[in-house]
Amino acid sequence: MAQKTIAGVRVDVDELGYMTNLDQWTKEIALELAKEVEINELTDLHWKVVQYLQDEFKKGTALTIRKVSKSGVINTKELYDIFPGGPLKKASLIAGIPKPVGCV
Amino acid sequence: MASEGKIKKVSIVVSKGSLDGVYPGLIMANGARMEGMEANLFFTFFGLEAIIKKKQNRIKVATIGNPGMHMPSLLGMLPGMSAFATWMMNRTMDKLDIPPVGEFIEMISDAGGKLYACKATVDMWKLSMEDFCDQVDGIRTVGDFYEMAAGGEIIFT
Repeated sequence: MAQKTIAGVRVDVDELGYMTNLDQWTKEIALELAKEVEINELTDLHWKVVQYLQDEFKKGTALTIRKVSKSGVINTKELYDIFPGGPLKKASLIAGIPKPVGCV
Repeated sequence: MASEGKIKKVSIVVSKGSLDGVYPGLIMANGARMEGMEANLFFTFFGLEAIIKKKQNRIKVATIGNPGMHMPSLLGMLPGMSAFATWMMNRTMDKLDIPPVGEFIEMISDAGGKLYACKATVDMWKLSMEDFCDQVDGIRTVGDFYEMAAGGEIIFT
């Protein structure tokens, strides 16, 4: 477990840079993490997805693209639009939850 | 996020018409899109059933002469065995959030993957775009396939 300073705050991260403690997450940290993956602005839809991912993570649900696109929060096309190039990976990073483990 | 050695594009050929023949290609295409890679799917021979509207949700797993099933063929031959094994497999996949073929194809297309039917097989079976699901981007020859695959990896399933 390593530590990293994001938006001026020391947070715990794993070796891939994903936060390991959701309690340390703030919106400022999310914005910084988004910039790391070349997303320079977080719209309402981004935040909705982040909220959804955090809620599901707290419930212990395994996250898949199918689940997210059936959640009613966002559909597959929009998801790939607003998080280009690796939607689940990027959204999880920004949401402060671990990288999703799964093949779907 | 681009770096040396990362795969940027995959072009996947789907040539088999069984559950275990179709899914690997779909999972690889979807997985590629999830990693930000370009993905092309090229359906040929029995793989075409995965994009034929009437057949795509009726794809089965073989229970005869299929060593992977670890089932004696005498048992696998019994009426209903293939349907039962297919049903079990579909149920297990659904629990893991792996969608049925039709939905999976839709998901891959929505994610930006491209889907094509092999012209040779289309001609053989006298099919047309009307037979295919909406997500199919066109009918292409093997030469077209090589052109679109250029610069990326080709995966044959």
